[in-house]
Amino acid sequence: VKILTERMEAHRGDSHTIERYEATGGYRALRKGLFELGAAGVAAEVKASNIRGRGGANFPAGVKWGFLAPTKPAYLVVNADESEPGTYKDRQLLERDPHQLIEGVILTSYALAVNHAFIYIRGEYPKPARRVQQAVEQAYERGYLGTDILGSGFDIDVTVHLGGGAYICGEESALLNSLEGRRGEPRIKPPFPAVEGLYSKPTIVNNVETLSNVPWIVNNGGTAYAGIGPDTSAGTRLISLSGHINKPGNYEIVMGMPWREVIYDIGGGISDGRELKAWIPGGSSAPWFVPAEHLDTPATIDDVGKHGSMMGSGAVIVMDDSTDMVAAAHRIVRFYAHESCGQCTPCREGTSWLERILYRIMSGRGRPEDIDLLLDVSDGISPGLAWPPLMTTICPLGPSATAPVVSLMQYFRPEVEAMIGGGDG
Amino acid sequence: MRPVVLTAEESAAISEWSENSQRRAVEVLSQYPEKRSAVMPLLYISMIENQYVTEEGMRQVGLLTGLSPAQVQSIASFYTMYKRQPVGRYLVGVCTSISCFLLGADEVLAAIEDESGVPDGETGGDGILSVEHVECNGACGGAPVVLVNWEMIESVTPDKARELVRWLRDGQPEVVNTEEMQQLFGGARSFDWGVKEAEGAILPVPAFGPYGSVASSLPPQGGVATDPSQGESAHREVDASDPPASHRSASSLNGEPS
Repeated sequence: VKILTERMEAHRGDSHTIERYEATGGYRALRKGLFELGAAGVAAEVKASNIRGRGGANFPAGVKWGFLAPTKPAYLVVNADESEPGTYKDRQLLERDPHQLIEGVILTSYALAVNHAFIYIRGEYPKPARRVQQAVEQAYERGYLGTDILGSGFDIDVTVHLGGGAYICGEESALLNSLEGRRGEPRIKPPFPAVEGLYSKPTIVNNVETLSNVPWIVNNGGTAYAGIGPDTSAGTRLISLSGHINKPGNYEIVMGMPWREVIYDIGGGISDGRELKAWIPGGSSAPWFVPAEHLDTPATIDDVGKHGSMMGSGAVIVMDDSTDMVAAAHRIVRFYAHESCGQCTPCREGTSWLERILYRIMSGRGRPEDIDLLLDVSDGISPGLAWPPLMTTICPLGPSATAPVVSLMQYFRPEVEAMIGGGDG
Repeated sequence: MRPVVLTAEESAAISEWSENSQRRAVEVLSQYPEKRSAVMPLLYISMIENQYVTEEGMRQVGLLTGLSPAQVQSIASFYTMYKRQPVGRYLVGVCTSISCFLLGADEVLAAIEDESGVPDGETGGDGILSVEHVECNGACGGAPVVLVNWEMIESVTPDKARELVRWLRDGQPEVVNTEEMQQLFGGARSFDWGVKEAEGAILPVPAFGPYGSVASSLPPQGGVATDPSQGESAHREVDASDPPASHRSASSLNGEPS
């Protein structure tokens, strides 16, 4: 089943144009929504689809919409701040099928009685932003955006906004602060954005992939969508394969296949004839999986969660048997240390300390007590180092930095000990 | 959209800006219910005017958005893409996050530093190149990734990275185009990009029509490279009738304007 990528695969040269979009059934769902289903009908279909958010938290989108407070104005914000290391699926949707997203944005705005939507695209994505901006302008020209769209009486404006290079703005309340012209610092919740979001008004923030599914759901019905794949992992989803794998790329899959199939069939196995050592199943924030334990685990949101990790943003990062796991963990932790917004002390100080201790170990200057120190600092950010993580911080960025540390100690502790033992410190 | 008319004080504050940037500033302000939201786009426009975010630029953006210069500085300093020191004409970024790291990004960065003589995080004395390592840029299937003024090249080897440095330094292209650079210096891509991209960057600012930082490197014959989303000349015009040598190879791309 292909929902999101069908058009771009069938029409490689022009899937991003409005001509191709209209010629392949585009904006038909919008007419159905506006003139047959009505706003409540569109919302009901999305609720019935059981689609879970594709940005990382996997929260049911229809349920999230249901939280929107009735105060007006309300806003829809598209989270196109794709920045989780390993993730590049939204880039493909933005570049190759921007009208699919825009139709989803219009339908969602209509369902939620929103008259102004924002597409927040990370600043490092100028090409996707150009494609989306062009598509927005075409949609205005053809009457899909603006006032009284298609004679329905519904008004909707869309603003494309570029970020400034800050991973934290992928966190929805940080994104809203950023969109308001502030530092991208996460807000304390509650209140949640659905009650008090952009400009303190009710706001729904949805990921690009989530909203790109909405036209199909409206065309085919929420029940049809819910019928694809396992009950609690309904629909298709895009996974991004990267690292030491033969066939990296974005793949639209139905969830439920074992990880063995994801890595060896879809991904074509490990590159250079090497062996699999570990993989990250859902972006660099996710705890690692290892072949001895997880190759037969089904790739669903719930099964991955039960085994102590997450499908997250759908990014699968594969590491072969030549990988220095301390160096890999250090590189991931370094990212979170750099991207910490600095509001919460455990994250601001803790992530930097984790980075420095790991660097000390990989430089051959590790001390025997460094292992306990790493775990202790991690525990200070995420008490108990449980899964799903508890946190001493406003947002999950800090706990994300502890995932690679805990995985390193859980599966590769002898490697760390050997590295420390070999040092002279 | 919100109708916006600048006050005399606001107009005076940006009277030194190009007419295009002044008009774009008003258009950007009209896109948001509250003017404060325009601070990030306006910081990019101020970078287009001044090459980087200057003290004066922050004062100007503050006037337009109702913020003090200190508030603007607090915002500009939070985000990595607002450069508060002069940067080179070409900002060369090397992604060194996990997926690129696994496939040799550190060696690519080292090659670029060595070939250019510019260490990570610095700008060369001639003002041509700045080099920095960057975090994940979302093309992990095409690792390692290098960006020139935020236009991407995928699957770059250390040797190709050296060639890229020489190409930028010696040719100094007016427009850096992802398709051209990919063909010259890249390898496999993370996914099929469909049509070739005609637009590219003219400054170390993301190339985006509403900010005026984009130009076509494949202009219509005899014409002037334009900013297609605005239907007018880009801020830094490219004379298509006599393209620099580096652009002639761009015309060999069998692409089409998107």
